Amino acid sequence: MSNARMNGSPKRALLVAAAAALFAAIVAVQTTLNGAEAPADDDQAIVHVLNRIGFGPRPGDIERVRQIGVRQYIEQQLHPERIPDDATETRLKEFETLNLSSRDIAERYEIPQMQARRNAKQEVATSPNPDQAPSVKDAKRAAATQQRANEPLVELSMQKVVRAAYSERQLQEVLTDFWFNHFNVDARKGPERFMLTEYERDVIRPHVLGHFRDLLGATAHSSAMLFYLDNWMSADPNGPHPAAGQRPFGPNGFPRRPGLGRFPPPRPQQVQQQRKNAPKGLNENYGRELLELHTLGVDGGYTQKDVTEVARAFTGWSIANPRQGGGFRFMPQLHDEGEKVVLGRHIKAGGGEHDGDEVLDLLANHPATARFISTKLVRRFVNDTPPQALVDRTTDTFRETHGDLRAVMKTILTSPEFLSVDAYRAKVKSPFEFIVSAVRATGADISDARPVVRSMQQLGMPLYQCQPPTGYKDTADAWVNTGALVNRMNDALALASGRMPGVRISNAPAAESVLAGTMSETTRATIAKATMPPQALALALGSPEFQRR
Amino acid sequence: MISRRVFLKNGSFALVSLGFAPSFLARTAFAAGSTRRSKKLIAIFQRGAVDGLSVIVPYGENEYYRARPTIAVGRPRSGDAGALDLDGFFGFNPRLAPLKPFWDRRDLAIVHACGSPDATRSHFDAQDYMESATPGVKSTGDGWLNRYLQTRHAETESSFRAVALTSQLPRLLQGSAPALAMNQIAQFGIRAANMNDSFEAQYQAAADRVLNGTGREAFDAMKTLRTADPTRYDAENGADYPRSPFGQALKQIAQLTKADVGLEVAFADLGGWDTHVNQGSSQGQLAQRLDDFSRSLAALVTDLGDRMADIVVLTMSEFGRAVNENGNRGTDHGHGNAMIVIGGGVRGGHVYGKWPGLAADKRYEGRDLAVTTDFRDVFAEIVVKHMGVADPKPIFPGYAVQPAKFPGFFA
Repeated sequence: MSNARMNGSPKRALLVAAAAALFAAIVAVQTTLNGAEAPADDDQAIVHVLNRIGFGPRPGDIERVRQIGVRQYIEQQLHPERIPDDATETRLKEFETLNLSSRDIAERYEIPQMQARRNAKQEVATSPNPDQAPSVKDAKRAAATQQRANEPLVELSMQKVVRAAYSERQLQEVLTDFWFNHFNVDARKGPERFMLTEYERDVIRPHVLGHFRDLLGATAHSSAMLFYLDNWMSADPNGPHPAAGQRPFGPNGFPRRPGLGRFPPPRPQQVQQQRKNAPKGLNENYGRELLELHTLGVDGGYTQKDVTEVARAFTGWSIANPRQGGGFRFMPQLHDEGEKVVLGRHIKAGGGEHDGDEVLDLLANHPATARFISTKLVRRFVNDTPPQALVDRTTDTFRETHGDLRAVMKTILTSPEFLSVDAYRAKVKSPFEFIVSAVRATGADISDARPVVRSMQQLGMPLYQCQPPTGYKDTADAWVNTGALVNRMNDALALASGRMPGVRISNAPAAESVLAGTMSETTRATIAKATMPPQALALALGSPEFQRR
Repeated sequence: MISRRVFLKNGSFALVSLGFAPSFLARTAFAAGSTRRSKKLIAIFQRGAVDGLSVIVPYGENEYYRARPTIAVGRPRSGDAGALDLDGFFGFNPRLAPLKPFWDRRDLAIVHACGSPDATRSHFDAQDYMESATPGVKSTGDGWLNRYLQTRHAETESSFRAVALTSQLPRLLQGSAPALAMNQIAQFGIRAANMNDSFEAQYQAAADRVLNGTGREAFDAMKTLRTADPTRYDAENGADYPRSPFGQALKQIAQLTKADVGLEVAFADLGGWDTHVNQGSSQGQLAQRLDDFSRSLAALVTDLGDRMADIVVLTMSEFGRAVNENGNRGTDHGHGNAMIVIGGGVRGGHVYGKWPGLAADKRYEGRDLAVTTDFRDVFAEIVVKHMGVADPKPIFPGYAVQPAKFPGFFA
């Protein structure tokens, strides 16, 4: 508990004094964490922890954590592999696509759809009356194929809801959400949607409490990221370089442009034209976002020249047949073999595929990365305005441990700032946190997660469909607007009164318990005045207090 | 008087924080209160890349007919299928007939060969660039219309200052300034009416500044809507809205406009423009979409009547389509496109922008209509000349806005 010693400052004394007056119980836990005598954990502190390292308390959770102690609970959550989670696994069994590779998903869901579309086009093109609108039967058939192609993404979205709502490994789920968002990709870009199951399962989730460098490397090699940020077709402008009898793209040898989900099969007269559009230049998209969003941060001290040099280093990091679900492939004929200089470091000519790895090593170990990642994590777990001292200590941990994310999380979750008065209900729940915490608070059973997934659209946070590479914002201003607030109150009503199909509350808790006792007098009065239990519950879930965590 | 008082309140806050002298403040407030009427913009996005060459048809170019042997829109006076002549060179797709009266009255202008400096032919990226107005830069956090809202304080503190008739807030309106997205204004409210007052009381009592403020706005907005009673609405001037989702969205924009709820920016979109196969010409797939598009727009403009003096309607689509038709009687993704601007202050009856021509050597990358007007110059002209923004720089980061480059559809 070195943090405690590092914080014997006058500032901290002040903080503790204020806390003692206003919020004695949380201070008690804080003291506990700092190694002093351990008094009983206060319920409010427990609710706070359950809201931050998980998606909020379920009925009975507070008692469970009280028994083992907050500190022990946090320690458990930092080791998800030791937490049995069989009930969740059972719930997930109904989803057929969760364990499939991108290639299998492409073969079973995506390619049949493309084939059907191609056939339909063929039919139309050869029909004697091409201007005629397609028949109802054709339209229905097309809609069914289309729906089936969406199934993997729908299942992935439902899986996310189910895990967040029921998994015992709550911190792992919060972190999977955080890191997916950090390394954001959007399902709507071309074939991206069938790459996401593998991306979340194999690239993000296994590394969230591992080393940052491994996580970074996994994303850099993933077809989801290579496609989303266009690196797969970034090429040395002076290429292509002859390579041993290998053509860079597609079985027919002509390139495919990204982002075109529905282009028709090329015809001979087009080939000449398409050759001209072969990867013929550098695409800086990945290089830029790697520096700006994944590692150093926008103020991390890099220049446009660095962006270009990083992009050069990653030329040739490509995908074997993206539309068939192929994985990473280094394509030497696209690679720029010259020397690169990134952030002052010389990367020798002729490094080939290894150039990219060298850049990733450099970035993962860069002090700006340690600070950028630490700031973002503290913002997520503690406060929209991250306390500087905690960011500093977290940055130190990141650097000392070479990006051991478990150690980094431990620094944050055992800090006095994490359990301070300032942090209590300081964060506005994102729409996902709101919905899932409402499901958990009411002990609801989800038999069909589709309506929950759909409500995420209404709330402005469609799952796996955040368009910009920045991911969704993690501050209150992004989520507090009039339309969204009205939707939250209506979702609270729908959930509490059993009007959200597929989600059933059989054993409703007392409305006040949902807010764990802390609420304004008015909120308490409105709940007390409600004539029916579902109304009281709706007023608790839609209240201003429940919008925060 | 109300708007003047509110302006004074907001204005004084802004000006004092900038350190201006009170006399300046008084003059500004007076001038604003006495002369300035609220200008509005209604932005329409045609998602999927509409084929501008078959909407605003360059019938005067033989190359158009050579490039499109089966799907070209015929020359004017070539029967029902012929284009409606506009200026001796361009013609409307005949399915745009409902908009022809506005062209004839010089309320409707066209900017052709307009688009993005970025080469992307991805719907995803191109829509993103058009909505962020930062072509080539993906990490821009907000949309250009939201930045417009940010650059000036609201004249009214209305929750309806910026409204999208869509289920999600479009990228164009995302950002730190409040903006509202809703599918149906009739559904904007607490679904159990008897719960409304309890929720309102909770948010009014909340010590939480953020939620308290937004909560008040939300309940004010709901009250405003109840008073405006959008369920009872009769379009004026014989306007006839199609029953399509787009037609109904525009009808609701008209309702909000007339309800005087403080609307400044409105948004609606419609898809179905990605005509790779069997595009058709004056009949067929594209024509069907254009029918909905033009009848809805015509109804909106007709319905708003005199109010159009302060309103501009702008249509946009992420890119145009290739000049040559493809092997499936459709068109593939292209580059330059046409935008339509309608409004009382618009110098209409004219096609703006430099026409690059369709000959192979004039095309972009040998295949597409070249872009001669950056779409940001269209946006900027509206923001500056219509909305009255003195300094558009913060709205178009990384772009040097020069009035000399404006297409010129405002005097």
